[in-house]
Amino acid sequence: MIRALGLLLCLLPLGAQAEEVVLGLSRDQVAITATFEGDDILVFGAVRREAPVPEGPALEVIVTVAGPDRPVIVRKKDRRLGIWVNTEAIEVDSAPSFYAVTTTGPLNEILRRTEDLRHRISIPRAIRSVGAPAEIADPAAFTRALIRIRRGEQLYQSLEGAVDLERDTLFRTEVDLPANLTEGDYEIRIFLTRGGRVVDNYTTTIPVQKVGLERWLYTLAHERPLIYGLMSLALAIGAGWAASAAFRAFRA
Amino acid sequence: MQIYLPIAEVSVNAFLLVGLGGLVGILSGMFGVGGGFLMTPLLFFIGIPPAVAVATEANQIVASSFSGVLAHLRRRTVDFRMGTVLLVGGLIGAALGVVIFNWLKSLGQVDLLVRLSYVVFLGIVGGLMFLESLRALLRAKRSGAPQRRRHNWVHNLPFKMKFRVSGLYISVIPPVLVGILVGILAAIMGVGGGFIMVPAMIYLLGMPTKVVIGTSLFQIIFVTAFTTLLHATTNFTVDIALALLLLLGGVVGAQIGTRLGTRLKAEQLRILLAAMVLLVCGKLAADLLIQPSELYSLGAGE
Repeated sequence: MIRALGLLLCLLPLGAQAEEVVLGLSRDQVAITATFEGDDILVFGAVRREAPVPEGPALEVIVTVAGPDRPVIVRKKDRRLGIWVNTEAIEVDSAPSFYAVTTTGPLNEILRRTEDLRHRISIPRAIRSVGAPAEIADPAAFTRALIRIRRGEQLYQSLEGAVDLERDTLFRTEVDLPANLTEGDYEIRIFLTRGGRVVDNYTTTIPVQKVGLERWLYTLAHERPLIYGLMSLALAIGAGWAASAAFRAFRA
Repeated sequence: MQIYLPIAEVSVNAFLLVGLGGLVGILSGMFGVGGGFLMTPLLFFIGIPPAVAVATEANQIVASSFSGVLAHLRRRTVDFRMGTVLLVGGLIGAALGVVIFNWLKSLGQVDLLVRLSYVVFLGIVGGLMFLESLRALLRAKRSGAPQRRRHNWVHNLPFKMKFRVSGLYISVIPPVLVGILVGILAAIMGVGGGFIMVPAMIYLLGMPTKVVIGTSLFQIIFVTAFTTLLHATTNFTVDIALALLLLLGGVVGAQIGTRLGTRLKAEQLRILLAAMVLLVCGKLAADLLIQPSELYSLGAGE
């Protein structure tokens, strides 16, 4: 019994608990104000160990930041009677509105495919598409298009080598959030890998939300739409009148 | 200066929006068109979601039309009687338009049909106006004497009414029909409809160009206000911050435009408007005909 326990203790450092993530964030929320131009989150932390640094493959760090998942319709244009029309469409069941992967090295070298499948780390894995209608020949092209378009808008980013790892212990990375963010809880995940295997992971969330005037207008528009609509009209009429009066005074 | 729009949920340059508003406002004051047919595609282009662009544009047109109508009121170039008749048609048309819009939506392809109707209507209206005003310009150069208005079928319909400001005694049927048509287009295409109404008033109803613009602005105010409320209460897509920036430029532009308009001759004004309508039509047609660089597009799923 004691021998078995001793064996277990010997094995333990090789298991999942050998190296643990201790995380810090530069902020506890992202506030969308009237002059919001995008923001950046500094993700930093340390690797805690009970034992000395294990031998073998080097420690690698992967940090992902994911916005709320939403269904997306991807439409494809085709030429019909000489004009370009939307023809085929696929509904992607759930795709993050924002997704960034930053790593210490090339993702395909520091992460095995099976681990990627399990933890949904790379961008294509973060998108969930259950089934496409049978008449669509190449459904994968639609997912690729989704990634291509969102990459172009800086909504999907993969920054290989952007995580700084010092003395196998301290790591830090910065993720730039673009201005066109969807509100919600953003999930930050940190994975430690050795030889392509995930040895520890840690998950936390950071809320991204509108504040102040932005919050007030958004709430009013959704909860009191008639009042909001009338307010918009009053503003329009008022501005129209003010400009007219100002010009008359100016000419007089 | 970047500003984050609370409903559109994008960040855009505030000065760009004010500038766009000003440019479209000048056109609005000059020609009596709301400018929606120019502004709505421009907003798409700078990355505002289409639903928000259409709804907010309606609100902005209210402001620039109101500002423009005040300038016309002082010069007594608004035919209230005609405006009210057109408005009755306009409100009926807008309600019909919403029904048609939802029906097209259930069939899919609403996007294409909106674009196609832009191309067809802008093409017909712009082409006819361009040819007519070109002829008028040449005629004016040759003879110098204004032509007397001819009577056509419009003058033989029942329910005649006197429109003193326009100097007309015609049936109310054609103006109501014009109003309905414009209302339908306003709801489907997200525009004020001035670009259809102005030529219809000139060529179909035979109204003097002088009162056409003020009267069309008068009608547009109410139709677009109705549309704004409809969008705000059903789709929650009116962005008040976007509207405010656009109308800051728009109302000032409309005042400048109205003054510029009085300096130009009616024929010149018409040929300019026609050229612009054709330009937008050409751009939209090219978008449909030329292979787009990105064949795929994204939309929100359910």
